Amino acid sequence: MPESTIILNNVGIERALARIAHEIVERNEVSADIVLVGIQRGGVSVAERLAKNLSQIWNAPVPCGSLDVNMHRDDLGHRAAPTVHPTLIPFDVTGKTVVLVDDVLFSGRTIRAAMDALTDFGRPKRIQLAVLVDRGHRELPIKADYVGKNQPTSAKEKIHVRLTVPGAQDEVVLERP
Amino acid sequence: MSWNRKHLLDIESLSADEITTVLDTAKAFKAVGERAIKKVPALRGKTVVNLFIEPSTRTRISFELAAQRLSADIVNFTADASSLKKGETLKDTARNLEALNADFIVIRHSAAGAAHFLARTLNTHVINAGDGSHEHPTQALLDAFTIRERKGTIAGLNVTILGDILFSRVARSNIWALTKLGAKVTLCGPSTLVPRTFEAMGCRVTHDVEEAIRDADIIHLLRIQHERQRKTMFPSIGEYTTLFGLNKARLAKTKPDSLIMHPGPVNRGVEIDSEIADSVRSLILEQVTNGIAVRMAVMFLVNGGKGPQEITGG
Repeated sequence: MPESTIILNNVGIERALARIAHEIVERNEVSADIVLVGIQRGGVSVAERLAKNLSQIWNAPVPCGSLDVNMHRDDLGHRAAPTVHPTLIPFDVTGKTVVLVDDVLFSGRTIRAAMDALTDFGRPKRIQLAVLVDRGHRELPIKADYVGKNQPTSAKEKIHVRLTVPGAQDEVVLERP
Repeated sequence: MSWNRKHLLDIESLSADEITTVLDTAKAFKAVGERAIKKVPALRGKTVVNLFIEPSTRTRISFELAAQRLSADIVNFTADASSLKKGETLKDTARNLEALNADFIVIRHSAAGAAHFLARTLNTHVINAGDGSHEHPTQALLDAFTIRERKGTIAGLNVTILGDILFSRVARSNIWALTKLGAKVTLCGPSTLVPRTFEAMGCRVTHDVEEAIRDADIIHLLRIQHERQRKTMFPSIGEYTTLFGLNKARLAKTKPDSLIMHPGPVNRGVEIDSEIADSVRSLILEQVTNGIAVRMAVMFLVNGGKGPQEITGG
């Protein structure tokens, strides 16, 4: 029977996202140059929340897109073909600061694929990375710029991020096998 | 999402769920074709061989572009230049291609079952690009994709396939795909070319064109295949056009939102009026565009397919 622990509840998630938004504001002076891109699937709703926080701080809309990285994965052909979700980037990323957003940072391979996929859409001025949870176990030299919670894990454990609408049931759960 | 097949050989053995998986995946690949950079690295380093033992231009080019947009390398092997003319068997040709470390073989052949035969013989992924009068699965998938994109859904639609159905692999694959997805399929054409035996595939057969297209949401036209023995099947092309050709008068008696499809090549003035072929109700060119996306999706999916695949039929 797997054992589950809540590592972030709805208040914790809200605080983490508010803090990340303020860190993004601190690090990036010109709000007009910031766009958010959430990685399918888990990163998209995190990106939307962050975009909402940022537009309240800046009092201006912050563009937010979604990116599916499955066509750029490095393990295609080694496993059954993944489900491909829509990529919607309805703005030009060239010259912008793109904040890639994902729910959980693990091996770093998804982020590597995301950076490759993103450069097919243009040449961002810089790419930053925001994640709700960093669980360690990196397999590539990749580091997040903004982290909601650092959570040391064993490789066998699982992390489930549940973001709901309107948000009262939000939680991040650590599951031990 | 469900796909664990190593090959795409026919539609008959696919489930509705598998067909839907292809269509959903193709949607994402269509978006790739609309970008400034129309290429993704999904099949980087893979080799695709287009083994076209029967002539084809549009299907071959569509597979070529699909493979290239997936970053695969592709070589064309056509009947004219091939050693098959020098007496080599299909099996030997294919095994030679496999010895070149081809990862995918896309085969078009005049014999039904050629793709199934290769899938049993080789270790590569095999994609059927048309085998005799048996099946043309990627054509049916791109047709289904085009219908779903324009009509939102396929279940419950009336689709009429009109023309030379007897030896049509396009018709067979479309009948399988559309009925599995819940469409009501009507077949129409001269009784010699549209025998009632097709009712066994779950569709309606009629020889009255106006009745066949009256309630159709989709009118799918097929060309008269002059290259097959047609002289004994009906009196003349002129009579075919008079009795079954889609003209303005006939189109006026259909649903106002009925759409027209044709797998090409179109014989203007025979099965369809030139003006109708170019009208806003014609999806002919959209079918061509969607063909690339669907073939990208098929190659992407079978690339990950490892599961044992029972090869029946062929």
